[in-house]
Formats: sequence, structure tokens, C-alpha cells
Amino acid sequence: MRYAETGFNLEVDLTRGNIERVETDPRDTELYLGGLGTNAKILWDRVPPEVEPFSPDNLLIFAAGLLCGTPATGCNRTIVSTISPQTRLMAFSMMGGFWAPELKYAGYDKVIFRGKSPNLVYLLINNDKVEIRDAAHLQGKGAIETAELIRQELNDPKVQVAAIGLAGENRINFASIEQGRSSASRGGIGAVMGDKRLKAIAVRGTKDINVARPAEFIELCKDVLNYIKFREENPIPGVIPILAVLGSPQEMKIHDEKWHTENFVWGNARLRRKDFWNDDIAKQWYDSMESFRKRFISCYNCPLECGATLAPPGQPTYMMKCFTKLTYSMGAMSDSLEFGLRIAQRATEYGVDGYSAPQVMAFALELLEAGILTEKDFPEMPDDNAHGSEERFYYLLDIIVRREGIGDVLANGTYWAAKEIGNGAEEYAHNNIKKIEQLPLKLGWLNPIYFLMYCTGAKVNITQIEGQFPQAPFPKREHREKFVKDWFQVPDDRFKQYFLDWEPRGENSMPYYPTVEMTCDIVDWMEKMHYIDDALGLCAGLSSFHLKPPYHIHNMPKFISAGAGIEMDEDKLSKAAKRYRTLVRAVNIRRGMRRKDEKPPEDHLKKRFPELEKELLDTYYKFKGWNNEGIPTKESLHELGLDYVSQDFIQRGILADGEEIPAKEALLEIEPA
Amino acid sequence: MTGNKKTKIIKNIKIDINKCNGCRACEMICSAFHAAPQYSGNNPARSRIRVIHYPLKDIYVPVYAGEYAEAECMGRDKYVIDGKEYDECAFCRASCPSRDLFKEPDSGLPLKCDMCEDHPDKEPLCVQWCYVDALTYEEREEEVDEEEVKLEDVEIGLESMVDKYGLEQVMDVVARMSQKE
Repeated sequence: MRYAETGFNLEVDLTRGNIERVETDPRDTELYLGGLGTNAKILWDRVPPEVEPFSPDNLLIFAAGLLCGTPATGCNRTIVSTISPQTRLMAFSMMGGFWAPELKYAGYDKVIFRGKSPNLVYLLINNDKVEIRDAAHLQGKGAIETAELIRQELNDPKVQVAAIGLAGENRINFASIEQGRSSASRGGIGAVMGDKRLKAIAVRGTKDINVARPAEFIELCKDVLNYIKFREENPIPGVIPILAVLGSPQEMKIHDEKWHTENFVWGNARLRRKDFWNDDIAKQWYDSMESFRKRFISCYNCPLECGATLAPPGQPTYMMKCFTKLTYSMGAMSDSLEFGLRIAQRATEYGVDGYSAPQVMAFALELLEAGILTEKDFPEMPDDNAHGSEERFYYLLDIIVRREGIGDVLANGTYWAAKEIGNGAEEYAHNNIKKIEQLPLKLGWLNPIYFLMYCTGAKVNITQIEGQFPQAPFPKREHREKFVKDWFQVPDDRFKQYFLDWEPRGENSMPYYPTVEMTCDIVDWMEKMHYIDDALGLCAGLSSFHLKPPYHIHNMPKFISAGAGIEMDEDKLSKAAKRYRTLVRAVNIRRGMRRKDEKPPEDHLKKRFPELEKELLDTYYKFKGWNNEGIPTKESLHELGLDYVSQDFIQRGILADGEEIPAKEALLEIEPA
Repeated sequence: MTGNKKTKIIKNIKIDINKCNGCRACEMICSAFHAAPQYSGNNPARSRIRVIHYPLKDIYVPVYAGEYAEAECMGRDKYVIDGKEYDECAFCRASCPSRDLFKEPDSGLPLKCDMCEDHPDKEPLCVQWCYVDALTYEEREEEVDEEEVKLEDVEIGLESMVDKYGLEQVMDVVARMSQKE
């Protein structure tokens, strides 16, 4: 008997219309846990590097995390993995909501799509009954609209639907997959879904998910809930509001946006508006949010209310969470939150990434201003007005999603669009890592921890690797002492010492403190926690994204033991996480990723420290068991039981047989300070 | 009539539909608690509480399983509350042929909320796991008359039957029923 997981995947060949229910190997669960871990294994095994993102041979995997569907609070994440059209590397974007538990209750851990359907279709899973259905009537419909139409035609409000909008259908490189109130946005996975002509996946399940040791498991769950309550009553002092409390950043609740609007940069990640926030703005923004917001909403089995239902008068109701609240207003240089919330409704129906889309539009307007693009490229585009580029943003969003005119080029994201436009456009695609648009942040000073995370994060999104360790030192030692007092989540007490000795100024300050070794240790810990979450289907908002979270390295092995019946301890879990983290790395290395690709956005850091940066990467690679090019070494692969990877590397000439490729000079393209 | 008074504890779950965030933790814990062995399995389809929800209409109504109904209602009403239109069924506790709520998914047998009477805590588990207080528990004592009240009820019922069918027919039926038992 399998516990926590169902032990079955659905294999769907869209070309031939074939559906199979395939039993999985429990040994894979032990080695790679589930979710992201087993997704990485499947992509390694079945998608060789020659496969193009838009090839029928590319797989699109929807996985429910290992503990989804159990009583574990906040275990509800769907991990979608494929080869990204934007980065051409492995994408593993995720979403919360209700879809993953429903899939488990239907009796499956994953749905694996291959091939390409001749016509637009959707997949309906109702327990053992699985069918590919015609979706011609859903063509061009919004993502949220599609979900509602499917529920209506099935006459079942309990069906959970993940769908793409027009952006996915038109293979926009930053198209998302939407699920009512959650979306898997990064890396253009919605475009792969559209390429496969798959409009939606509707799931309904009424089967049991069992846990191995029920009494023990439910006590662990209660401890987590009690700690959530404790954290609710005891916000962490001395950090910005969104980090003081648990959950995805509480953007629907917190009205004070001084920090975001004045520290993040506007337009095409350019302008810092240091005195933007004032009483008038605060009042306008408060009124907009309060008048649009109907209710705070949660994901499956989680008491936190990170999302909200928004009903802009005259527009359809939609749901939102997190930072998309601000990205459109800031991209368009608009002082109006109302604009941001209104255009986000259209963008959600189209199904685009709320980070990339506004930046692509701001990039287009910069190119126009710089004369690299001309008025002719934007026929009938409205003028800017007193409220920034609001009308232009609606125009741009439409032509991009419909791939009309220059929109057809912009639809590929800033990196690829700049390449195609040429004429100096590349310089304007300046806020990318590995070809993906990033949060618009510019830093004056190098934080060694963030430097490494930016360079090496495989999700290519800072929020998907940070957490656990404070972003900056606290001003006084007494504050730090107080902070570490009940910091039991650390894997080892040395992390407390790292933090205690971290000073805002002087010898123990950034960029040389935390030391290179400490930095590696801290980054590895933070990354590990995200990878565990992504395999278990656990929300980072209750775990890896936070300082002092309810889930941590000490209780996670117990959840796995009592839940899945796999004997687990901290070491074994850390090793499993390292195994599939290395596998994700291996997939990307095999696709050509190297050290040269691992760098922060170009003008992200005002002051650079070339030697320190080199030392950080050198040391971190070594720490991770990678050679100086960032390639996992034969020894480290062997230690993780990944000999099949090193064999493949040797066959392809990525690693030399018998010896490691000699460490080359660092290829990091360091710009002069 | 002497009127023997008896104290009865009425268990009440107060449902605040404005506070519900739709997380369905109530469904989860109900199905887990009622699994055998306890907490071994989890399946909202077996839950005795369901959140009837239409997120885009901002409708979230937690409903408890009540009596089994053999037949669905002949006509149904709609309620408009605070500008939102609710189906009558959104408030109905019946396990009824018109819908798949409150039925064991395997056997189709009706489910009914038992207020977690097997649990040592007074508060049902759905209430305990509802962190936003959409569900709160209240107990109140009520003094009720014993027996006599019931007899009166029976008499009223029978009188209407007698009015409709005549005393003789009703007596025949009662006689036949008592033979069957």
C-alpha cells in the first residue's frame, strides 16, 4: 500500500489521443520524494537536450506534491515542469489553490503530457474516467472564463480547472497557467501547454489519500497549526511588514506600500521614486483596494488568507495575490493602483506572468523613446497621459497577446525580442537572469548571500530561493540576540552565530561578511528548504520563504515518515533534496547552461566586487560538488547515486572520463566597477 | 398532565458566511476524523460538512449534513442576500437525490453530522480547525417538557388525519401498523 501518494501517474499522448494509468516505482519516491524531485527524474530520463521546447517530444508534467491531499496544512501545490521556451532550460513553476489535492483524490500523483493534439482540447479527469475532450468552443476564452465554462458544461462546481488564456494559445513566451486564484507563471509554461493545444485540465476526485501513521501525523499537523497561531500573534519585529507575518506576501491586506514603491524601480526597471509615497497616494490606494476587494481567500487546507477576490466595477471578478498588485502600475509609471488592479484582470484572463508582462511593455516603450522602435511599429497607439502609460499598456498587452505587428516580437520576452529587434535593443533587456525578467530591484551594495542566490537559483526567481535567513543584519546586537533566542528552525546553531556577528557597519558587514564560507552554508540551507517544499507540495509561505516558519528541517522528516511511511531523518532528507537539486542542475547543464550564465541582472548592483564575486562562485560550486564550470562532478554524482548522470555527461563530452575537466578561468562576465 | 421538565443541551454551530475563506480545512479534518482508523485517510467527498462555494460570485457557505431525504424538493427557491443570489440548496443539510453531497462516495449511503461525539473535546473538529472563526461553537441549555409534548404532537397529527380520512380508516391503518411491528 502506498501512503500519502497514490502510486499512479497518468500518461497522456496528445498526438494519438492515448491515455494510460501507470504505476510508479516506490523506490523513486524514496530517492526523489515527489513533485519537483520526481519531475526532474522524468525530464532527465525522457527529454534529451536536443528536444526543443515546442517539440511534441517535450513533456509537460503537472505534479501534486508528495503530501498534497493529506491533512498537512498548506500542502496544496501543483508543480508544473517542462522545458521553458524562454530560458530553454528546465522550468518548474508552481501554483497553490485546489488543483493538486483534487488530482490526488482522483487517484493520481502526476499527469504527464507528451505529443501535440491536432485540435484544441481539454483533459477531463473524473476518478477512473479520463477523457480528452474537444475545446473548440473555448478557443480564445480567458483562463478564468474557461474554468467557469467547463464547470458549467459539466454541471459540477467542485471540478478544479487549470487553464490557459489566449496568451498560452498563442505561445507567448511568458504565458501562465491559471487556476482561478493561483497561477504557475514563470518560464512560459503556459506557452508549452498552448503548443500542445491543451486548453485546460479539469479534475474531480472522490477517493481517499491515506497516511502511514495517522495518530502521529495528525499531532504534527496540530503542532504546525498552533505555531501558525503563535506567529500570527507574534509578528517578527524589525523586518518589513510582508516578512513579519507568514504567508505569501500579504499584498491584499497590507496597505502600506511605501517600501515596495520607493525601493523597487519603476518603468523598465529604471527609476527609483524615493518620495513617491505620501498621504494622498496612501488614501487613494487604500480606497481602490478596499472598494474592489470582496473577500480574503485561502488555498486548500490553509488558514492564511494570501489571496483576495477583486471586483473592479464594470469588469469581471477575478482573484489575485502577492506582488502583481503593483507590477502593472509601476511598469506603466502610473500613480494609480486602480489602473494596476484593472489591467491585471485582463492580464489574468489572457494568462500572462505578472512579473514579465509589465516589464516587456515598459521595455517596448523605452525602445520607442530611444528611437530603436518607431511610431510606425505601434499603429494607433494612444498617447501617454497624466497617468503615465496606462492606455498604452492596455494597447501593448492586447497586441502582444494577439501577436499583432511588433507584439509578435515582444511576445517572446525582452531577451529574445531585443535580439530580434537588434540596433542596440539588447541594452534595454537589462533586468534578466538567464533570459527571464526579474523583480525590478536595484541594489547599492553587494549582499553576498543574494549575489549567490541570484546567480545560481534554478527557478530564476529570487523569491523562490530566499527566506529562512534575514535579508539584512539587525542594527543592534541586542536585537539579534532577541531574534536568535527562539530560532529553533536553524539546522545547526552555527547559523545563529553567523547572524549574531553580522553588523550593519564595520568589519563584520557586507560584502565581506558573512564570509564566503558562511554565505555558501546559508544559501545552501535556504535553497534546500525550497527544494523540499517543491517536492512535498508545501507552500513556501508556511515554510522556506519565511524567517521562523512552522515547517522546518526538524519536523519535515517526521511528516514524511508518518505521512508517506518512508523512514526519514534530517540527513536522509537533505541528501534527497541535494539529489534532485543536482538533477535539475544536470538537466540544465546538458542543455548547455554554464558558469557564464550565472550572473545577476546587468545593472542590478551599483558597486561590483569582481574578486569577491569570483571567489563566491568558486567556493559555492565546490561546496555544491560542482566543478569550476558549474558542472556536477563525477564524485559528487556518485555520492548521490546519480552515476547515470555522469555516464551521460561523459558520453556527451561534458565531463572527461577518468578525470575532471580542469578548472578553467572563471568565465563570469564581470563589468568594471 | 404533570409536566416533567428535563434539561437538554443544544449543540450549536454558528456559521458566519462572511468570514469563510473557502480553505475547506473543515472538510479535510471531518473526513480524516471519521476515517477508520481515525485520521488514517482523508477525502473531502466523505465529509459531513461541505463548503458550497462559487468564488466568482463570492459565495461561500459551509453546510452540515442533516437528514436523509428520499426525494428532492418539488420546487426550489432562491434567496437574495446582500445582493448575492443563493440557491435554496446552498443552505440545505439534506442528503438528497438532487446532489452528490453527504453521500459515501463508494456506497452512496447518506452521511450525517454527529458533532464529533466520539471526540473527547466538546467542540467539533471542524470548528477547531477553522482558524478564521467562520465556524464557532455554542452550547445552550433548554428546558423541555417530556412525553406530554410528544403526545400532544401525535394527537394533532392524528386529528388532521381523522379529518381527512375519517376515524375508522385511521384506526384500521394504526391496527395494521401495530401488527407489522
